[in-house]
Formats: sequence, C-alpha cells, structure tokens
Amino acid sequence: MEQSDCVVVMGSNMAENHPVAFRWPMKAKVDHGAKLIHVDPRFTRTSAVADIYAPVRAGSDIAFLGGVIRYVLESERWNTDPFFRTWVSTYTNAATIIGDGFADTEDADGVFSGLMDYTGGVPEWPYNGFARQYNNESWQYAATQAGDQGRVAATAQSGETPGRHSGTQQPGSGRPDGPPYEPLVRSLLKPPPQRDATLQNPRCVFQLVKRHFSRYTPEMVEQTTGCPRETFLRVAETILANSGADRTTSFAYAVAWTQHTNGPQIIGCCALLQLLLGNFGRPGGGIMALRGHASIQGSTDVPTLYHSIHGYMAHPTALKRHETLRDYLAAETVPTGYWGNTPKFMVSYLKSMYGDAATAENDFGYAWHPKIFGDHSHMPMFVAMNDGKVRGMLCIGQNPATSLNAKLERAGLRKLEWLVVKDNWIHETAHFWKTAPEVVSGEVSPRDIQTEVFFFPAAQVAETEGTFTNTQRMLQWHFKAAEAPGECRTDVWFTYQLGKRLKALYSGSQAPRDQGFKNLTFDYEHENPQERQRGEPDARRILKEINGFYSADPAKHVAGFGELKDDGSTTCASWIYSGVFPAPDRNLAARRQPDPPGQPGAHLNWGFAWPANRRLLYNRASADPSGKPWSERKKWVWWDGAKWTGYDVPDFAPTKSPDASPTPGGIGLDALSGTDAFIMKADGVGWLYVPTGLVDGPLPTQYEPAESPVRNPLYKQQASPVLKYWKRDANPLAPVADPAFPYVITTYRLTEHYLSGAMSRWLPWLSELMPDVFVEISPELAAEKGIANLDWVRVTSPRSQIRAKALVTRRMRPLQVGGKTIHQVGMPWHWGYEGLVTGDVVNELTPLVGDPNVTIHQGKAFVCNIERA
Amino acid sequence: MAEPMGFYTDTTVCIGCKACEVACKEWNQLPSTNGGVNTMSGDSYDNTRRLDGIHWRHVKFIEQFSEDRTGGRWLLMSDVCKHCVQAGCLEVCPTGAIIRTEFDTVVIQSNTCNGCRDCIAACPFGVIDINPVSNTAQKCTLCYDRLQGGLEPACSKACPTKSIQFGTVKELRERAQRRVDQLHEVGEKRAYLYGADEKMLGGLNSFYLLVDKPETYGLPPDPKLPSRQLVPGTVATVLGAIMVGLAGIFSFRNRGSGEPAGATEDTPA
Repeated sequence: MEQSDCVVVMGSNMAENHPVAFRWPMKAKVDHGAKLIHVDPRFTRTSAVADIYAPVRAGSDIAFLGGVIRYVLESERWNTDPFFRTWVSTYTNAATIIGDGFADTEDADGVFSGLMDYTGGVPEWPYNGFARQYNNESWQYAATQAGDQGRVAATAQSGETPGRHSGTQQPGSGRPDGPPYEPLVRSLLKPPPQRDATLQNPRCVFQLVKRHFSRYTPEMVEQTTGCPRETFLRVAETILANSGADRTTSFAYAVAWTQHTNGPQIIGCCALLQLLLGNFGRPGGGIMALRGHASIQGSTDVPTLYHSIHGYMAHPTALKRHETLRDYLAAETVPTGYWGNTPKFMVSYLKSMYGDAATAENDFGYAWHPKIFGDHSHMPMFVAMNDGKVRGMLCIGQNPATSLNAKLERAGLRKLEWLVVKDNWIHETAHFWKTAPEVVSGEVSPRDIQTEVFFFPAAQVAETEGTFTNTQRMLQWHFKAAEAPGECRTDVWFTYQLGKRLKALYSGSQAPRDQGFKNLTFDYEHENPQERQRGEPDARRILKEINGFYSADPAKHVAGFGELKDDGSTTCASWIYSGVFPAPDRNLAARRQPDPPGQPGAHLNWGFAWPANRRLLYNRASADPSGKPWSERKKWVWWDGAKWTGYDVPDFAPTKSPDASPTPGGIGLDALSGTDAFIMKADGVGWLYVPTGLVDGPLPTQYEPAESPVRNPLYKQQASPVLKYWKRDANPLAPVADPAFPYVITTYRLTEHYLSGAMSRWLPWLSELMPDVFVEISPELAAEKGIANLDWVRVTSPRSQIRAKALVTRRMRPLQVGGKTIHQVGMPWHWGYEGLVTGDVVNELTPLVGDPNVTIHQGKAFVCNIERA
Repeated sequence: MAEPMGFYTDTTVCIGCKACEVACKEWNQLPSTNGGVNTMSGDSYDNTRRLDGIHWRHVKFIEQFSEDRTGGRWLLMSDVCKHCVQAGCLEVCPTGAIIRTEFDTVVIQSNTCNGCRDCIAACPFGVIDINPVSNTAQKCTLCYDRLQGGLEPACSKACPTKSIQFGTVKELRERAQRRVDQLHEVGEKRAYLYGADEKMLGGLNSFYLLVDKPETYGLPPDPKLPSRQLVPGTVATVLGAIMVGLAGIFSFRNRGSGEPAGATEDTPA
C-alpha cells in the first residue's frame, strides 16, 4: 500500500481497527501524494484523514462497486488506453465463453439459473441453515463441466451431497490409484474452455459482465446507496485515473465486507473491478484483506476452521465422495494449474499426522482422519447446542456469551455438560451462569444450570514464543519476553497437554474410530529442561513439522514445497508454509533485515511470506505479456531473456518464457502458457466470472441484507436467495420495511477496545478512554426522537432490547434512498456484564443469519428502533 | 548541552488512536481516571478531556460539520507539554523543582516539588496539574529517562502514522516546513506551524502543524509568560490603585457634600 497511488478503504475502518498497518496508506499519502478514499456508512477516524469520504447505506456495497465497474467499462480512458484491453484479455477470463444454459440475474429478476430447494446434508445434522441452493452446472464454461475449473468452495461443503460432488463422473471409480498419483491427476484432464479473444461473442465473460452491470448507473448508485451522485463520480474518476500502466490503486477491506449474507460476493465484486483495472500482481495494487488479530491469517493457514485442513485443502467430509484417499484426491485435485500438486501436499500432510504409521498400504492413514458431515461453524454449533446436541465446549480466546443473538448463545451454554474457559479474566462466558442478564433478572436460576465450568488462566503473547502470520501472509517469529505468572499457561501448552492425555486415554482402545488418536504423532517435547518440566511444547518443533522434513531423515528439513512428494517420503503439515524453516539452523521467520532506504525492493530478508517468500501474489502480471515491465514506475518482476527476475520472488515457473505454449496433455503448471499469470487457477487467468467455487452465483449482484428498511431497488429478489437462516422462536427476522424497526443499525469496533472487551475492559488505561456503551445517531434522528446527547436510550431489534448512551454527532447522516430518508445508527459492541467497565451486550440484537459460502453472520447491517429510555 | 530535542506533531496525519496516551501512561506508570471507571463525556471520542497530572498526552477530537455535511472535518490532535524555550512554569517555581534539561526540555522533579500549584497557573497552555498519587505537579517530561538512555519518547515511538515525530528541533522544523509547503501545493492552504519559531515564547520545542486557528484546537493564539504580564500588570495595578484612591477621594467628597441627596435616595418613596 506504500506504493499505491490511490487507496480505497471500503468495508473497513482501517485507521481505527488496523492503526499499525494504516501507517502504509498514510506514508503513501505523505510521501507521494496518494489519494485516500473512504466509503462507509459512518464518518470515522479513517474518513478524518481521507481525501474523499463517500457515505453509503450499510449493505449497499455491491451497488456502489458495480457502479464503479460500469463507469470504468463505459469510460473513454478504459476503452482507449491499450494497457487495460491487453491486461484484461491476457490475464483474465474475459474471453472465455459461457455455456448456453446460463441465465443471469438480469434475465431472471435477481436469481441465476439453477436455483432449487435445498436437498443436501444428513439427517443427523439439520443445522446447515440453507433453505435453497443453486445447481451450478449451467454456470460453467462452454463444453466444460462443474468442477473442471476448480474445486467447489471448501467452505460450502455443508451444501454438498454425496450425489452432487464436484464433477459429474464418479471420482475414484475406475481411476488409477497411487502412489504415484500422477496417472490419477492426468486422468482428470478436461479439454480447455472455448475463447473469443476479440471479446465480441455475446456469451463471452466480458460481454456478460458488461451486460450484468449495465443498470448500475450513477443514478441507480445514488438511489440505492444514498451516496450523492457527485461524490460517487469523484470516487470512480479517482480510481480510474490512478490505474493503468504507470499507476496503481489498492483496496483495503475487513469484516465490514465479510459480515453480510453476501460478503464473499462483495469481495468478489471488488476483485472483478481490480481485474478490469489491471490492479493485481503489481506494486501498489491488489485487495488487502485486513485481518483483525495478530495471527488470524495464521489460523486460516494452519486452520482452526472446521471446513479446511492445512494449506487450504478441503477437510475430508462425509458429504462428498471422500471414502478413500484416491476418492478424495480425485474429487479435490484440479489437474491443471498449481493445485495439480494436491496429492503431494495431501500425502505429506497425512504423514505429518500419522508419521511412520502412515504407509502407502494403508492410504497413509486417510481413513483415521476425522470427517465433517455438515456446517459445524459457530452459528450452527450454537443452534445445535440449544437442542442439546453438544455436550461440552472448549472456549479459548472467545467470548460467545456476548456473541450473535447473545441470549440464544447463552441458552446454548446452559445445555452443556461442561465448559472449559481459558482466558485472561473471568469474562462473560465464564460467568454466564452467574451474572448474565437473564440470571440477574431471575428469569433463569443458577440452581437449574447443570453445566460444569472449568477455568484455566491464560499466558499472554509476550510470555511465549512462536510465529505470528500477519495480514500480508508474513510469518514473524516472536520471542518470549517474560515468564507467565503462577498457573497461567500458553494455549499451545493446553492443547499439547490435552492431546497427550487423550492419547493415553485411548491407548488401549481397539475401536476403529480411535485409531487416529493412537497413531497421531504428537511429540513436541521442549529441549530446554525447565520448559519441559512446565510441560511447554517446543514451538520450533511444531514449526519444523509445518515446514516439512524428509520422512526417512527427520533432521533434514525440506527447503520448500517444490520438494514434496506423493509417496510418503516427505512429511509436511502445511505446504504453503514450506520453506520457512529450510534447515535446523535457519528459521527464516526470525529474520529482521529490511532493504536499504530509497531502494526499490520487497524486503525479502524480513520474516518469511508464504508461499515461497513471495510478497506479491501473481506478480507475473506486473510484466506485460512479452515479459517487460508495464512501466518503470511499476516495475516488479520481469523476464530477462532466460528467467524471471525482479525485486520479488517471481510467482511463476522460473524459466518458462513469456511465449511458451502449454504442454499438450500436461498437468500442473505444464498445462499453463507463458502468459498464464494466475497459476493457482485451472485456466491460469483471473476470474471476472466465477463458474465454480461460490455457491451463490458467478457474478456479484446487489441484494438487500436479510433485514432491510427498503425493497431491493434493482431486482424483485430482495435478499440473497440462498442465504443461511436458522429459524427459531428466539431468532425472528423483521419483514422488509417493518415500521416497528425503521432504522439501519451497524455494529463495529473502536480503537480503544478489542472485540467483546475481554482483552481491554479489564485494563484501566483502556477503560478510561471509552468507558460506556453508546449508540451514534445523527442530530436529525435525535431531534425526531427527542433524544439529547448522553441520554440513555433503548435500542430494540426483533431479537432483544438493550440500553446505551446516545452520542449525537453529525458524523452520522441521514441518507436519501429511493426518495425516502433512511437513518442509520451505529453501535460498538465491546461491552458486557463483567469487567472494570460494563454495559449491555450489543450482540443481543444481532440475528443468526449467514452467508451461504462461509456462514459468517450479518452484523454490519440489520434493523432496529430507538427510543429514549 | 546536547542539541535541543522536541516533538513535531502533524495533526493532518493523526488518526486519534490514542496510542500516545496509553504508551505515555504505560512508560510513566500513570494512574487512570477513577481507576479506569470513567464516565463518557459526550464530547466526540474524547473521554479524558484535558492534560493534567495523570494525562501527559491528550488527544483532542474536534468535529466540524455543517448541517448539510458539506466540507465536514474531524480534526484530531495529540496535545502535550510544549517545552517552551521561555517556560512560565520554570519561571514561577519557588522550589527550583522545574529544570531545563540538557535536551532543552522542561522537567518537573517530583522530589523537590512542594505542590504549591504556582506552575499550574503560570502555564499558558494548561498543561500541568497535580497528580493525586504523588500530590505533586506533573506533566510530560519528554521521557527524560528514555532520552538519557538513548531512546525516543514512548508516545512518538508508539505513534503509528508519524503524526508525532521526535528529533532535534532544528531538523523537525525543516521537516515540518516541507510538509506545510507540500500541503499548500495540493491545495490545503490552511496549513501552518504553531510555535515553530522564536516569536512564541522563544519557540515551542513541541510545536504543531495545524489547519485551523489555534483557538479551534484549544490553544492560545498569543501565549504569554507570567513575567511578561508583569509590566502591563504593574501598570494596571498602579493605575488601579490611583483609580481607587481617586474614587475614594471623590466618594468622600460626595459623601461630605451630598449626604442629604443620598439620604433622600435611600428613603423609600
């Protein structure tokens, strides 16, 4: 972002919630006059330092971005500057022809072809939340089939059924087995998709995109988002003016784009725009997914998520044809592009799980690996908990008693037999049985709660060592600065000790389901005797297993994922991290050498960025098709006649020349040409149109939030037709434009606190800065409701009501949407009933509705009413 | 003496994160308002309100929006002791507790402060107040202990956007002037430096880049030393005394000559 000429912060309040990363946009602004744009429902501390602030209605992001897409495609500059046409026709799927069966939302009033009732899932797990689903067969490239271009989103597995696996053939059956798995991968090859390089064919992606967004005019943007037309046009002009061969624009987003019933589509819409502008793989371009916590990125790479295993491989599931390793590989391997190496990554992963017990004869222990059988993410788990389907919970670094539709979540906690809370303080979840509102009010008596609660005091970050992976995928080793006091222990200590005890418990079992536990390799004993005595595992040994080593000679680390094999000779937990620890004395995450000031460079000797220490993904696109930099100013990686070189590690086959053709019948990277910059994609190009991978449509479409005060101005279809909703008495939704709940509410964080406050409301220095829960409202709404600044007000949603102090400010503004005045109110959600400073739980108000791809909730846009208390 | 050291605060890149406030408190181990159990002020995002004995850094939040929201601004500024070259507090301190250090900064030595509060009144910026824990007057020391150890002050170290910059006053002034020029070039004509030259109290070693008049930020447009108030003050006192004397004389004369009239006036009609 330091190299951006324009930074658009949208779906994020970057200055407040990522103040340290925000130094880079500010540096770009001060050093070379970069433009900073903030698009947001509220005027925040980010807006305060922005060159342009564009107000929008919460939940109208796709209308806004779609408007920019239309503006770009209609502009003279985009249509005359050869950079855009060349970049888009070479590096994206603009030219690819889509099959005849595809019907766009423009044709079917807001739904795509293939909409049907939900038929997935298993009877044991009726919590997937779907009402309807799409059959995506008609969305595919002409003459190719579902799954040919990539896996169906791993996160959408809950929508899968054994009959509807990716691909229409029976994976596994009749296919070659392995190792070696190369014949299996080769057997998966499909003919390449049809293209029209002139982009004229009405069924090519470019024409479909153009038509799809043709109604997203500036007038429509104003009508839908409430953003004044002139402001919108200034934003669009500035973005276009700062894109091209010589300039780049970047976007930054955070959970204000994800926490919607169509979050991935909002992000996809931005990706579509950035692809059209050539802002990928180039310095100062891209889309920055700002992660909220020091190692949130790490926790998706080496996941704590239910649906994926290390390195973004799909979690084995009972809902797909995943019976054997061969079945799994046949279903999950995309033969062309870099994912063609999936068997090497998967077998090396299984070796890291089961060590010597994993052999070619027993499918490397694949059958011991647990399988999922539905959506086991946060919301479905708490709904299941309410039904008594969950016996116990380990709650580490989470505070669900203050989470979505909080009263419903606390009702779930009361059904548990046991609850383990490991945290710094006795927070709301630890005391859900004692100080929760329904207990204090007498509605629930602690006497009737049978849940046994165990509390483990946690050590702090500075009291342990290990790696952090930050938002740019960079691993940085952190050292231990102090001993944890008393009985406080690290999270990794807890996990290690629990695992060792469970292994001991199952050691005598002959049950097939326990063989995984028995064979699990779990040896991270610390070399330091003092640490070993405390039972602390050795973070270096964990990092070694993640990096990978040779199975026959564990002292020999693998130097990178290029060395991984599919025959069990290599062991590697997470292929994407491979290379971080290439030798026992070379922990690259601990490097701290920046490039000298004033020289162009990627700081390659500072930490380690996955994959392979690359700082910019898909950086082949920073050069033109012939391999020359697009401009001197935006030079990054280029072809020197014999190999790819530059400031960064090239993200391309190192010696594949720009004019290389795909190898006929080739798999993996051999199937891609010298201009196929997007090497993780089956067809080597960036996707304007997404035939597979998203369950809610191949193109982003403006839908209203699950609760909205307005009708969808664009389509008859009001909200996403496939959003997730858990229908319960305690989880009602307001109908469209319900006069009882006329205002849009958005929830967010402040710099002064962290999440539910479990890390900040116990600290005097932070508590004094923001002591009370408040609701931000405009003076216009305040006058309408007779509310004065600092008055106590009651905020009501269909779920619940809470009290807060009013903060009346002109930073909030009423918007004109479809000829109607729409008021928005905002609430930070840091408070709860425990701690130094307390306040009502804002998430009492939030509904349990979710995105169909990733099951995140919609906390950024729902409806409420507000009255003086 | 080492070269004069100070702060340059560029308010145009301040994001109001308050990292400076917290870093200051952490390093200097300062207590919090009511142990942290503070009350929301209702004045934008400012809940610590002002500089005092336990808040040596304070971020101001100034909301400037017209009714139709055109041209709205949210000015953010991290305030601190100005470390004036001509420091009023130092001038009035009766015990010599306030010293000028080898870094040309102004520091109150707690062990020789008797809590007389003279410096509190003498500071034209309202920077100093009593710390209830020590019962002495306290303010920013420009992290004197860190400077002696070769470290930069905690607040500037913590500032993520380089709104607070630490360095030699000479270099900071040059850097700040370049930033003003840059802002003028891109059309921000309101940008200027506050306290960056000798005209203001001999120079503020902690000076500011502002984009509105000083009063908007709660800063005095023309701060004066207590001693500079002496000449006009003395004159006023003398004049005042003369006036009182004259008034007395006239009044006595009136009393002598016009008593009946006065009595009449006092009589209810």
